[in-house]
Amino acid sequence: MADLIKVGMADYKVGRSPSTLISYGLGSCIGVSLYDPVKKVGGLLHIMLPDSTQARFSDNPAKFADTGIPLMINDVVALGATKARLVAKLAGGAQMFAFSNASDIMKVGNRNAETCKQILRRNGIKIVAEDTGGNYGRTVSIDLATGSYKVKTIDRGEKNI
Amino acid sequence: MIDEFDLTPNQLDAMREIGNVGAGNSATALSQIVNKKIDMNVPKVSIIPIEDVPELVGGPDTLIVAVFLRVYGKAPGSILFLMPKENAFFLADDLMGRPHGTTQELDEMSISAIKEVGNILSGSYLGAFSHFTNISMLPSIPSLAMDMAGAILNIVLLQLGQMGDRAMVIETKFLAEDDSINGHFFLVPDPGSLGTIVKAVGVE
Repeated sequence: MADLIKVGMADYKVGRSPSTLISYGLGSCIGVSLYDPVKKVGGLLHIMLPDSTQARFSDNPAKFADTGIPLMINDVVALGATKARLVAKLAGGAQMFAFSNASDIMKVGNRNAETCKQILRRNGIKIVAEDTGGNYGRTVSIDLATGSYKVKTIDRGEKNI
Repeated sequence: MIDEFDLTPNQLDAMREIGNVGAGNSATALSQIVNKKIDMNVPKVSIIPIEDVPELVGGPDTLIVAVFLRVYGKAPGSILFLMPKENAFFLADDLMGRPHGTTQELDEMSISAIKEVGNILSGSYLGAFSHFTNISMLPSIPSLAMDMAGAILNIVLLQLGQMGDRAMVIETKFLAEDDSINGHFFLVPDPGSLGTIVKAVGVE
């Protein structure tokens, strides 16, 4: 039985085959996965916000895309991955509630997705799949034996990206 | 930096008491809407890491129905009224005067009715809260979602996440005598609001 490693909100975990990394109930948050298909090691990061420089106080770098992604890259590489081989997949970034006068904070899902992609590109990591936006929650998991990234929803079934 | 979450035991008590008065008002209102006796527990005031908040409602992947409102005024914040799916369906049945079990999915009419309950609960809660603190607080129009608890709670945690790593949550549970209603009412002050409320209450 392969183990299932839980990744909480504003947290990340790295691991190797045959483990699966899973994060439950993402709304506007993003689940970013990294995977080295040769070494079969990878990581999953659950960020809440795009930019740590706009936050007043936090001692948790895994909460933000700009600080969390580089941290996870380092850890995955430390586990034996080759950075140039890493591929990224992301899911989440929904807007859960519709308001006619939605403030910026309500639309943070979109900014989260954009920033994640920016940071990944800046680090030279290829983004191979994405399932972002919409108005529904997602539970995401990456199977480190295959690199398959599963996105589960309540009303919209589940898919592998 | 002074941390607004560092409350004295007396200040925590005061928060609980304000929550109690607010929730008492809301329970009365709810009881009148559905014409049933509604019990409530003594409100729980928790100051916890943001990532632990979804655990208060059974974990981040629990399916819930949520009415969400913003609180406007000098101490802005968010209100969530959360129910398990079955209880939301029972509530819709009660509101429409139908036998329990009739509602199988939330149509426009049920959504609108449940939102209105959220609206009335919030209005009566904030009325008492305002009276107690002398801070005027008004609810926004309500919005409803049925989804995973973690995804829904994201929205209230974001603002807090931008400012720090902890949240204060005032939580009350409403229960009907026949178990048909089982709702959690959450008030989560925005960053900065807790300080304003504590100051207004004037407890050391």
